[in-house]
Formats: sequence, structure tokens, C-alpha cells
Amino acid sequence: MKATTRFGIRSLLAAALPRTKAPYSIIQQRRYSTPPPSAKLNLPTDFSTTPLLAHSSQSALQNPELPQEIRNGTTKRMNLFQSINDALALALAEDESVLLFGEDVAFGGVFRCSMNLAENYGAERVFNTPLSEQGIIGFAIGAAAEGMKAVAEIQFADYVYPAFDQLVNEAAKFRYRDGSEGRHVGGLTVRMPCGGVGHGALYHSQSPESLFTHIPGLRVIMPRSPIQAKGLLLAAIASNDPCVFMEPKALYRAAVEQVPTAAYTLPLSKAEVLKEGKDLTIISYGHPLYTCSAAIAKAEKDLGVSIELIDLRTVYPWDKETVLASVRKTGRCMVVHESMVNAGIGAEVAASIQEDKETFLRLEAPVLRVAGWSIHMPLMYERFNIPDVARVYDMIKNAVEY
Amino acid sequence: MNFLRPGARFLRVQLVTTTRCSVLQTGSRRRASSLSQKPGAAGVRFPGAVDSKFTNSLSFEHPATYPAIPTYQAMGPDGDIIDSSFEIASEEIVLKMYENMVAVSIMDLIMFDAQRQGRLSFYMTSQGEEGTCVGSASALQKDDVIFSQYREAGVFMQRGYTFTDFMSQLFANNLDAGRGRNMPVHYGSAALKIVGPFLPLPSTQIPQAAGAAYALKMQRLTNPNIPARVVACYFGEGAASEGDFHAALNIAATRSCPVIFICRNNGYAISTPTLEQYRGDGIASRGTGYGIDTIRVDGNDIFAVREVTKRARELALKDGGRPVLIEAMSYRISHHSTSDDSFAYRARVEVEDWKRRDNPITRLRKYLEKKGIWNEEKEKEARGRIRKECLKAFAEAEKEKKPPLRSMFEDMYEELTPDLKAQMTELRDIIKKYPDEYDVSEFEGGIDSLSR
Ligand SMILES: Cc1ncc(C[n+]2csc(CCOP(=O)(O)OP(=O)(O)O)c2C)c(N)n1
Ligand SMILES: [Mg+2]
Repeated sequence: MKATTRFGIRSLLAAALPRTKAPYSIIQQRRYSTPPPSAKLNLPTDFSTTPLLAHSSQSALQNPELPQEIRNGTTKRMNLFQSINDALALALAEDESVLLFGEDVAFGGVFRCSMNLAENYGAERVFNTPLSEQGIIGFAIGAAAEGMKAVAEIQFADYVYPAFDQLVNEAAKFRYRDGSEGRHVGGLTVRMPCGGVGHGALYHSQSPESLFTHIPGLRVIMPRSPIQAKGLLLAAIASNDPCVFMEPKALYRAAVEQVPTAAYTLPLSKAEVLKEGKDLTIISYGHPLYTCSAAIAKAEKDLGVSIELIDLRTVYPWDKETVLASVRKTGRCMVVHESMVNAGIGAEVAASIQEDKETFLRLEAPVLRVAGWSIHMPLMYERFNIPDVARVYDMIKNAVEY
Repeated sequence: MNFLRPGARFLRVQLVTTTRCSVLQTGSRRRASSLSQKPGAAGVRFPGAVDSKFTNSLSFEHPATYPAIPTYQAMGPDGDIIDSSFEIASEEIVLKMYENMVAVSIMDLIMFDAQRQGRLSFYMTSQGEEGTCVGSASALQKDDVIFSQYREAGVFMQRGYTFTDFMSQLFANNLDAGRGRNMPVHYGSAALKIVGPFLPLPSTQIPQAAGAAYALKMQRLTNPNIPARVVACYFGEGAASEGDFHAALNIAATRSCPVIFICRNNGYAISTPTLEQYRGDGIASRGTGYGIDTIRVDGNDIFAVREVTKRARELALKDGGRPVLIEAMSYRISHHSTSDDSFAYRARVEVEDWKRRDNPITRLRKYLEKKGIWNEEKEKEARGRIRKECLKAFAEAEKEKKPPLRSMFEDMYEELTPDLKAQMTELRDIIKKYPDEYDVSEFEGGIDSLSR
């Protein structure tokens, strides 16, 4: 009876209105951010060919940061949420003190990162919390203070603010104020999906990393890919500092690569040179790295330049040494991030570059930034707000033609 | 500052009076409490719990020993009136309420399907909660202020938000008051005095409602010609776990704010069932803890919700104002939103059971039919008419242009800052320089709006 009513309305809708191309049976979300057919730069990232992902087992295992036994091991194709799930499963299996909790975590989480973990590791260790971020983080800090590895999930980075007091005044200051008593909440890891996906608008798109990078005491990490996510998350959980682990949710399903199956860690607070170059350094992290990579490919072809691409990975405390060494080599630099340009990571990186005498003297152009405008993420205009290939390409031109 | 302004003077006088009043009160309390300190006195008079008596029996308060707060019904599941002590609204009002519930449910079906067709990115239905929303809104006055969460389409409908208003917002078009910036279901209306929604943090509106109610109270103190007004604030039982809820009830109680907190307890917060959300007797039991008049009501009974809200409104305005908490019980028939598949965490039969058991629309329909003022023919006519209206607004809204590009930079501050102006120019120049990379034709005025 119900079904026929529904069907009735559906056919009415179809009859009354011109049909869109989307077939009804496919559950899909309308994207507000599709490029026009004429586009040559602003094309969607082709994740099956991007050089930023390991498309074969061999390329995954070549990574020099992986320990030898991992490089001798096997890999499995995973997307980003699967690699997070894999890391969480390994952490839970390896260490009885690991707890995993947050809103809707028990059934697998709204982004499926905790799928099957409650079943496999028990409802005492993997559980739902009431809807209260300040409760979740306060609880996690308490558990960490008493020796647990508390992995807390904030459902969206946009919802972390009720927990701000706990993070800023408690997690970040715990070790400092305890002094020689030596207690700390290093067992705390706060995971949160972040960034735009095309239709999240004001409250499902935020990337608030620079609110945390202003707080010494927190280690703020954002992985770019499944391999990175697994290794950095395991490092964050193992780390004796409280970590904020931000997961670019646009990559959860989109970014797929071969990921080593065993447990491994990747270094925190260490940037990675993804591609070497001589004329310009681009510094970024997270999702925009794919945009940068596409813009670089086009610019290198069109302009005959060679561009170095660096992934910060940990945005605070960040790896100045790698960045400065690169800029001293290239003499030109730009920073790309998705969150607002004002007081963002780019500001900190640019200031540090011009502050370093040796690097400053080497500069042949001002340090440039491509970032979100100083606005909140507006639904209809997301594609004009998040840095796109055209904007990065144009800024590359500005930098090299300066 | 002009201290001689009569209004200002009035305010000062008022303040002094209330201050003196409270001084007197504390004074007398203090006297009483010093008396009670005599050995053998029955009362404790500790300032933190002045009415508590001493006892020599050591026993904890066990929540389980308190009976659960009852759920008020005015109309039974078969549409029979079971509390004759209240006056049923006029036929016209009742029929309007019925049609508004039907309208919300029809819009929900259409928009849910439209989302599945990829015509909008997101939607949330309020299946099962039409009665809570329409019923409570029907008992409010036009000047009352409403703070909504996100599952309150019925409140908007009852308040006079039109299908065109709904559709403009859902399609984020040029007629959308939110200027194309918000996700679908972010309705709000200054004209209808509805602040919201608060999809982002489903609880942020709760303390704000207390503050707004205090503002209304203060404004009436300084100008008694303003009609007495209340604030109604909607939120889910999940949202009631946030600190905001607790802060709100407490501050509203201590400042005696004329605010009606309306909790929609639909059994779920996304996948989290109430058993994992709280262990007390629902949300209502918390009200009395904060010293707030509280009632629990059957959300499937629109008459009960309406009556309870009417009485809550009277209470909220009594003796200078006070908060009231209503917990409206229902079951979330729908998925949390179109992004959710609730069968990943609850059994299909559970939902089917609830669907069959009861729902506010069929219950009122039974009443209307028993009264002889409704029948199948009228039902068909109404549904056909409403559906047509909705689809017409849908088609028009979908065709409408999107707001000008410029609106992405506006309303950050009262005026565009130099920074924002520069960014707007930078964007315009990029679009001009790379015309193949951007399609701006769907926006009102194309690229030109970035130039003014
Ligand atoms: C601060 C914050 N945390 C989490 C969320 C994600 N979230 C959106 S709605 C929701 C559940 C709310 O449940 P409830 O208040 O019961 O309302 P219902 O959906 O049942 O109507 C959650 C967890 C959010 N929007 N904001
Ligand atoms: Mg709920």
C-alpha cells in the first residue's frame, strides 16, 4: 500500500517534471560542483591515474619510509575509510588499552570507518557515546590520563567546537601543567572527517586545522591517501602526545590504492617531498594535493618549468627543515590549502620562510597562497571557494613569471 | 547618554524594585535559616537545598523506584476524545491542522524521491512527527518566537511558510532567503519569527532560546504595550545530551525566562537508540531537576500536543515568566536523512510495526471521520490539490536561477571588507581569464555580479 503511494508520487514527479539524467535507482547526491564540458584544467581528479596513489603493490612497497619487513610483505586495495578501519582494527588487536568511541561509532560510523570493530573487539572497547562532543573528549582525556589509548571520533570536524575547551585547556596543557609529576594524555587521538565534498555547505565542509595549530601541545595531522592514513593514524595512536587526526572525507571513497596489510607507522611532524622540482615549491596537505598535482602536470608542460610538491602531513608541529631546504633550492614557493586563507597554515609557512635569513635571500618571488576565501563554505559556490586547478595553475604562472 | 529618557528611568526604577525585592527575600530566608539551625529543627536550610529535611534513614534515591512520568493523551488511537476537560478547536482550525500535516507528509515523499533522483543533494523527512510540530505550532501566537532544529517542517507549514518558500530553500535558488549558501532543509523566516534551523549543532538553539525569551520579557517590562510573548524551542532527545541543553534549562530557570522547550523524542539520534543516549526517564525527568514545570505528551496525538502547548504557554507567561519543558514522544519512522540507511542499525519490522501501530495523521483522520466532517472523497481532493501545489512550486523553484555569485562574499560582515572585495575581484579575474573552466550561467547576472 505504502509502496504504491510512493510509486504514484514518483511517476507523478517524473511526468510533471523533465527528467534529469540520473536514473532513479542510483542513490546519488546532486553535486553542485561539476565542471563545465569545456574545462581542460578544472576536471575532476582521476584517482585511477594520479601519481599520488600507489596503483600497484610494487609501488606501494617501494616507499622508503616503510620498514623492511613491511616492504617484504603484502598489500591490499583499500580506499581511505577502509585503511582507517584497517588501522583501527590493528590498533585494537595489538593493544588491549585501545578504546574507540564517538557518536554512532558502534554500527560502523556515519563514514563506515569503524565497521565491524564493535563486533570483533567487543562493545566494551568500541561503543557509542551520547551526543556530546565535550563529553566525548573529556571522557577520552580522562581515560588517557589513566593509561588508556583513547581514540575518540568527532562525527564531523564541524562539530568539534563544543569540545574546544577540553582540547585547548585540557589536552594541550595537561603535560605542561603537570610538570615533573610527568602525567600526560598522550594516549589521546581525536579523529574527525574534514573538508568539502561538493554539497556540505556551512556545517559539513569545515577544515578547522588552523584553529588547532594555534594551540601548542596538540599534534595536528592530515593524511592525503590510504597508505598515509594507515601509517599516520597508527603513529598518532602510538604517540605520547595528544593528536588531532583530520581525515579529508572527500577521499574516503575516492582515493584507492594498494596498502601494506601489516601494521606500520609513518613519521609524525615530517613532511614528504612527493615530487622533486627546481623552479618552484608547492606546499600543501590533504585533499588539495591532488589539485596541485594536476596543476603541476599542466604547468610543467605549458611553461617548461619544474615544480616540487611537498605534503606537510603534520601541520603542527610542522617540518620546517624540509620546506626551507626545498625553497632554498627553488627560490619560489606557494602554499595551497582548502580552509580560509586568513591566519591559515599558509600564513605560518610563508612567515617562517621569510623569517629564515638564508631562505629569504634566496627568494625570487613573494610566497604566494591559494586557499579558501575568507568566507564560510557556501553550498552553491563551493567550486568557486575550494582552490581548483585553474587557480593553482594561474598562481604557478604568477610565481614563475614574477 | 540621556538618563532623563522616561524609558530609561522606568527601567531603572524597575531594576531597583526587583533588587530590593530579592534583598528582602534573601534577608527573610537568612533569618529563617538561622532559626532552623537550632538543634532538633526538622529543616536543614542549607542554602543549596532550603526545603530539605533531616532524616536518620540512610537511603539513596534510586531512579528505578520513581514511576515513569506519564504520557498525556487527549485522543485515543481510534480518534476518540478521552479527556473531555479541554475545548477542541474550531472545525476550521482542526481541518487546517490536518491539511498541514498531510502537506508535510506529501512534500516529504516528493522531496525524498527528488533527492534519490539526484535533483537535490539532501533532504530530511519528519514522518511520524507531523503532529508534534503542527500541533504545538498551532497553539503559539503569531508574535511568539520559534527556534527550530531541523525536523520541524510542520512548524513552518503551520506558521504559513509556503511551498514556494520551502522549494526556494531546498533548491537554493535566487528566491532563497539563505542566498544559496545553506544545505537543503535549512528553513528560516524573519517574517514568521522562526530562527533556525540549527542543523549544524542540533543543540545550539536551546540556550539561545532562553536568551531570546529573556529579551522578550525585558522588552515587555520596559514597554507593557508589547503583547506578552514566549519563545518556543524545538530539539531532539539526542540534542538534549549536549551541554547546551543543560545550560539552557538551568539558565532559563534561574532567569525565569518565558520559554517552552519542546523535545521531540523520536527514539533515535541517527543510529543511536535512546538506551545509549540516556538512562533516566526520558528528557522530561530532567526538567523537574532544573526546577522546571514539565509534561510528557503523546506526539501521535495532535490534540494533546496542542493542548499541552497552550497550557505551557499560559504557564510560561505567569508571574513574570518561567520556562516549561514538553517532551513529545514519537518514533522516527524515516531514515535520519537521505544520507542515512537506517536498516543498517534497526530492524525493518521495528519500523513497520511503528508505522502500522499509530501515526498522528491517521489518528486525526479517524477523529474527523467519526465526527462526519471528513471522508475518502475529501481526502482524495485534498491530497490531489496539495500534491499539485507542491509539484508546481517544485518545478518553478528548480527552474529559477541561482543567487548571484556575489552573494558568496556578502553578509560576512555588515559591509564587504577590503579583504573580501579584493578576493571577489581575484575570483572575477580568474573566471574571466579562464572562461572555459567555469560555468557561471546558472547564477543570476553571471559574472557581472562580482564587479559591482
Ligand atoms: C555538535 C553536533 N554533533 C553531531 C552532529 C551530527 N548530528 C546531526 S543530527 C544528529 C542526531 C540528532 O538527534 P536528535 O537530536 O534526537 O534529533 P532527530 O534527528 O532524532 O530529530 C547528529 C548526531 C551535529 N550536527 N552537531
Ligand atoms: Mg531523536
